[in-house]
Amino acid sequence: SKRHHQRRWEGKRDIRKLVSNLPYEGLEKMKQPNRHFPGNAIKTTKYTLLFFIPMNLFEQFHRLANIYFLGLAILNFVPVVNAFQPEVALIPICVILALTALKDGWEDFRRYQSDRKLNNTPCFIYCRKEQQFVERRWKDVRVGDFVKVICNEIIPADLLLLHTSDPNGVCHIETANLDGETNLKQRRVVPGLSTSTSEFEPESFNGVVVCERPNNNLNHFKCYVEKPDNVKVGIGIESLLLRGCTVRNTDHTVGFVVYAGHETKSMLNNNGPRYKRSKLERKLNTDVIFCIILLFAMCLVGALGHFSWLQELPSVPPYLVPDSHGHLDSPALSGFYMFFTMIILLQVLIPISLYVSIELVKIGQVFFITNDIDLYDEESDTPMQCRALNITEDLGQIQYIFSDKTGTLTENKMVFRRCTVMGTEYPHCENGKRPWPPQSRWTPDTEDADPAGTPHYHGSRHRGKVAESAQRDVAFSSPLETEVVPDRKLLQQIRRTESSSSSSSSGKTDPYLDFFLALAICNTVVVSTATVRRQRVSAPICPLETSNPFETFSHLVRKVGSFRQTISSWRPMSNRSRTSSNCSVLEEDHFNSLAKTGNCGGRKSTGPQTQDTSPSLRYEAESPDEAALVHAAKAYGFTLLARTPGSVTVRLPCGEELVFEVLDTLAFDSHRKRMSVLVRHPVTSELVLYTKGADYAIMELLGTPYQKRIAADTQRHLDCYAKEGLRTLCFTKKVLSERAYKDWSVSRQGALAAIDNREKLIMDTAGLLETNLTLLGNTRVRATGIEDRLQESVPDTIVALREAGIQVWVLTGDKPETAVNIGYACRLLDEGDLVINMNYVLQLMCVSILDCTLEEVRRYGNDPTGLAPTISLVIDGRTLAMALESDLVDRFVDLARRCRSVLCCRVTPLQKSAVVKVIREKLKVMTLAVGDGANDVNMIQAADVGIGISGQEGMQAVMASDFAISRFKHLKKLLLVHGHWCYTRLANMIIYFFYKNVAYVNLLFWYQFFCGFSGTAMIDYWLMIFFNLFFTSAPPIMFGIMDKDVSAETLLGLPELYRTGQGTGEYKFSTFWTAMLDAFYQSLVCFFIPYWVYEDSDIDVFTFGTPLNTVSLFTILLHLSIEIKTWTVVHWVIMLGSVAVYFIVTLAYSAICVTCNPPSNPYWILQSQMADPMFYLTCIITTVLALLPRYPQYSFSFAYKNKNSPPETDFEQGTILEKVWL
Amino acid sequence: MKEQQETANRPDNTAFTQQRLPAWQPMLSAGIVIPGFVIIGLAFIGIGIALFVTSQNIQVLERDYTGVENNSPCFKCSDPSTKNCVCKLDFSLDKLFEGPVFFYYGLSNYFQNYRKYGVSRDDRQLSGRLDNFQSPDEGCVPYQYDANNKPIVPCGSVANSLFNDTFKLYQIVNGARKLVPFDGKGIAWWTDHNVKYRNPSITPLKNAFNGTVKPTFWSKPAYELDPSDPANNGFVNQDFLVWMRRAALPDFRKLYRRITEGDYKNGLPAGNYSLEIAYNYPVLDFDGRKKVVFSNVSWMGGKNQFLGIAYLVIGSLCVVMSIVMLIVYAKFKFPDEE
Repeated sequence: SKRHHQRRWEGKRDIRKLVSNLPYEGLEKMKQPNRHFPGNAIKTTKYTLLFFIPMNLFEQFHRLANIYFLGLAILNFVPVVNAFQPEVALIPICVILALTALKDGWEDFRRYQSDRKLNNTPCFIYCRKEQQFVERRWKDVRVGDFVKVICNEIIPADLLLLHTSDPNGVCHIETANLDGETNLKQRRVVPGLSTSTSEFEPESFNGVVVCERPNNNLNHFKCYVEKPDNVKVGIGIESLLLRGCTVRNTDHTVGFVVYAGHETKSMLNNNGPRYKRSKLERKLNTDVIFCIILLFAMCLVGALGHFSWLQELPSVPPYLVPDSHGHLDSPALSGFYMFFTMIILLQVLIPISLYVSIELVKIGQVFFITNDIDLYDEESDTPMQCRALNITEDLGQIQYIFSDKTGTLTENKMVFRRCTVMGTEYPHCENGKRPWPPQSRWTPDTEDADPAGTPHYHGSRHRGKVAESAQRDVAFSSPLETEVVPDRKLLQQIRRTESSSSSSSSGKTDPYLDFFLALAICNTVVVSTATVRRQRVSAPICPLETSNPFETFSHLVRKVGSFRQTISSWRPMSNRSRTSSNCSVLEEDHFNSLAKTGNCGGRKSTGPQTQDTSPSLRYEAESPDEAALVHAAKAYGFTLLARTPGSVTVRLPCGEELVFEVLDTLAFDSHRKRMSVLVRHPVTSELVLYTKGADYAIMELLGTPYQKRIAADTQRHLDCYAKEGLRTLCFTKKVLSERAYKDWSVSRQGALAAIDNREKLIMDTAGLLETNLTLLGNTRVRATGIEDRLQESVPDTIVALREAGIQVWVLTGDKPETAVNIGYACRLLDEGDLVINMNYVLQLMCVSILDCTLEEVRRYGNDPTGLAPTISLVIDGRTLAMALESDLVDRFVDLARRCRSVLCCRVTPLQKSAVVKVIREKLKVMTLAVGDGANDVNMIQAADVGIGISGQEGMQAVMASDFAISRFKHLKKLLLVHGHWCYTRLANMIIYFFYKNVAYVNLLFWYQFFCGFSGTAMIDYWLMIFFNLFFTSAPPIMFGIMDKDVSAETLLGLPELYRTGQGTGEYKFSTFWTAMLDAFYQSLVCFFIPYWVYEDSDIDVFTFGTPLNTVSLFTILLHLSIEIKTWTVVHWVIMLGSVAVYFIVTLAYSAICVTCNPPSNPYWILQSQMADPMFYLTCIITTVLALLPRYPQYSFSFAYKNKNSPPETDFEQGTILEKVWL
Repeated sequence: MKEQQETANRPDNTAFTQQRLPAWQPMLSAGIVIPGFVIIGLAFIGIGIALFVTSQNIQVLERDYTGVENNSPCFKCSDPSTKNCVCKLDFSLDKLFEGPVFFYYGLSNYFQNYRKYGVSRDDRQLSGRLDNFQSPDEGCVPYQYDANNKPIVPCGSVANSLFNDTFKLYQIVNGARKLVPFDGKGIAWWTDHNVKYRNPSITPLKNAFNGTVKPTFWSKPAYELDPSDPANNGFVNQDFLVWMRRAALPDFRKLYRRITEGDYKNGLPAGNYSLEIAYNYPVLDFDGRKKVVFSNVSWMGGKNQFLGIAYLVIGSLCVVMSIVMLIVYAKFKFPDEE
């Protein structure tokens, strides 16, 4: 009880205390200290075999539509109101429930299979009895266990890294399974716990691990280990091995399980596909409400009609059926009951099947989008991915695009181009002049591209697109981007200082050397060697995709294609195939010779071993500019050889190797916009802090006035670089005294061990150190060849999007100068534009300028001559912050609305999303955000449609997005063609669906006027169900998937056509009501023509219903065939097939069913009708009359569309004619 | 192998996946639509004329015998208190009423399509199942059991309300009445008579009805509906079958007999006739009317002017529309016509 109490208290504090399981091994469960924490077995299935049906039903009845159905079915069991046989009324709900249950069950079974596979994956757990690690399964892992993970194995649970085979206590992991990033990340052992001996002894672990409660943040982990002597060691994410990651380049590692199973960070991140509701669907719901109102009105008419009909009767006629006591209800009560009967009878008016159909249509649309070969990037072998399945039509309604710059508009392949040191500029002319080879495909690591397709072998086909893109090679080690031709002047300068300083050690602090040392040291680049084979084991880790219906669909579609590959992948996997036997044998690490030669704090002369490996050094950086800087340093002879958490090894141009002891690394964050590395210089033993960051972030921190003067020179150069569109970075250095470091170190440790408020404390301590810096110089890095820094076809795309009526905004973290330059390059800005530059520090100034500008712009807007220049706005992040405040935001939005293009510079990720939100909410427009990096995630999530570019900067943007493309230019086809198609297809299909239901149901309604409003259906109930289920369901779905109102070529050639979808587009209020009126007209024709034909004859109820049913089938299908703009084989098959199915099914049903569905007797009715020529004559004239108003209208609109097929011809005539005709 | 790996994710470049299937765009240009309309219009006019002429050739003789009006011969019978009333309806034909003549009775304002009325029957009982003789279906309430709790066969409201007026037609030849023979065979649907409705296979039929009672409204039990023909009794009685096939609309006629035999094979010759009506069925409760109809039929069934006129109207409309379109097109000069 005390323990329980303590646990509750811990729960309040949001922390957990964990101890080793080993002392308790073999005891019963109640005595286990960690028994409260879940095991490592995962269960992602929703249902169990036994309770599948009740649980699934419970789940399904959360949907409103199903409740509606159920309500109707129940209503049918009330004897006074039922319209059909009660059992029959259960059919629709049962069909829908059964279909959904089948789908859910199948998905759940797949989840079950993948869970079982994961849970039974082997792993090594330490066993006290056997004094060694023994092979167990993943599901046996418990919190508090010690787990050993061998190279290239997947980590089974979240582990606190206690030991690695690496003498520096480093372990490399690949997180591709988690976030898709393929670069290696370093993790290091918890300091001070593991002894340096080669074997780790878990039994000696006697600390208490105190950690925060499980959360889904992959980049933060707060924990400390309390040793028996009460010393607390703070631990962050850098010592946590996450479940699902793969251990690389490290022979084996041992970790302590902190979180297991569902509490691991990867499982907590596994939320399944995103659900967004599209604009069209929201509008659709209002129309459903109209339908409900219509239904109620019709039911009311029925109820009142029944009431007055009963009132008029002079006495009781023989056809009125009293109840069992021979008593008749009063007319008022009967009318009241009739209201509900009518609801049952006319229920189809609410198009429940529409929702199912929309889902099917979207699956089809997604299939076509993802299979578009134009959206496929050959270079990276990535097709387009649709991550959100239900907002395809939103792509056709976009009004504002918010784009990131780096990596989205540009290639984001960084190359060091120019630098300035101590106020002197080194232009690196050779770099600029050098003709760049055309983009060629490169595969630096041929071993890596395993032709046998290891992923196939592991069955990762259904792992989804993330894994597929993860198969790509490491991004930043292309030979193309790494080649930097050194500037001659700078090279001479270095040689001079080198030679002059070779005698005196003081020369080591020369600014030039320092500059290059900073380039090489101040980063988080991991060095790996090409000799190390990186096997990619991509077992399915997250069953994310199983709940994604499209995935399975496309899987099926592709199955045939992948069959051949599967066959070939069944070759013997030789020594690379991982079997549990060779895993248990710990092999000596032959690869990591580099890391072994490194020795903390020591100094080592060049050995032959390192000499050999250095040409094949590979740098794996988290961002491409880091890699570019390291490559630049290497070009000048400062080669980064190795990086461990404790040291950095750099080879100087003279061949000497320096090993710097790394005391601390202050990681980059978007608030500070800089990172620092604190090292001890091996020669001078000085404590040196190298800081790298955005120029404006650094300039503020500079120390002495002398520095400020150099800074002014440098700033001039920087501005000049920025105008060329180069990205600028500054490097600074600071020498610390031992005492200052000691003081700082204490507070730093305190901050690291803190659980509460840790991020802020860490940031504060970082800020504490990063003051009074010395400017070393700055470099700028920029990518891609001389011809253009932009991605291919970016200007064309932007121009086309703009012609399509879309406003394009660029939001970037770069300086205004850089942004404006890119803006001109990508034709976002034109030479003739009036560019308003807003960059103010004072709020007051901002207000007045905003007012003035707005006044001016409004005047331009009213200019009748139309000669007013287009206006563009460039706004700085600081000004933007002011403009977004509540009192200014309206004016800002008004100004921005009138500008043709807007460029926001130096904005933070949060500001990006704030801008998107403000525009979206204030202007009520459809927004699209496109970006590639982690800093775009907020923006992508804030917009109606988020698009991620699977490019250079990891996969966070893609993971957060609704659609993922690989190049910006794909946006053009995605929006202009697929967006337009998806929107028009879906909008037309929805309208058609409403029309279809109303047209059909109204037949029943008109009949009520001739049956005393008694709720009689003249069509057999089964045939009514079949009508919606089989006879008329496939054509509209096909229409929604495959119709092409305008060809892709025309859409791309005439971006203006996109405007039809913006705003309300085709799916207008009027469109809906036109369709409704048409439905009313057609149903009137379909009812009254047969009525007059058969008036005063001996026709019986169901014989009368048969021509009605047939006529409405023809009318509904032919109505659709007018709407269909292009007919392919599929169209013909489905349309003719539907008619055939109608006749075959109805004939068969009429022949078989003698007394199966009393009281309706369809027996031999269609057969007898089909023997009667009147039936055909009635059908022909009714169908023609029903469609008569449509044909001429469409023939005119077709005429004008045909006329349009050469896109140059003008629209005007057609528009005029349409007006005349309508 | 390598190539394959590099483009493993490449979408299939087929006409279907790339949405490039060979497509046909319906060119509803003026050149097609206008002639199309003309052709449809002319065809419709042709059909319309044929229908109209056919319909015109059909002879129909209708007589109301409800007896609401004072001068009606059945006036005295319309009083519900009179029982077993017989009235005579006289009419004369100027010329031969071509045969075969169909003789219908008609009811108006009678809602056989009333929902609860339609449900009130037991199809299993009517297909001859003896189980349902003893315990009729719930749907038959309140015509399921009688006051003594005996099952009613046939149960339900439809059967109960069986039309029970009977007719005899006499030709007045030289003052003498000559009975016109009625053919009562095959007036119901063949499938109703042979498949759907079945008598229990018990002979004599009467025994199958042991322990049951006739519907309250009926004057004689089901097995005695037609004393003249033992095969025309029970549930396969033609009149019963015709009645059980519920009319779709409140004003309807039902086939009673055909005149196909003897002297009247070629129709009813000109002359005076007298129809003797056993007036039993009450219709004043619902403002209904009763009538008899003599009609001959063509390939298009009974007389119906509507369809012919509709074809004519719509055919002309199509022609007119094509002219209007021609004018509009000509005025705006579409390029594809140049």
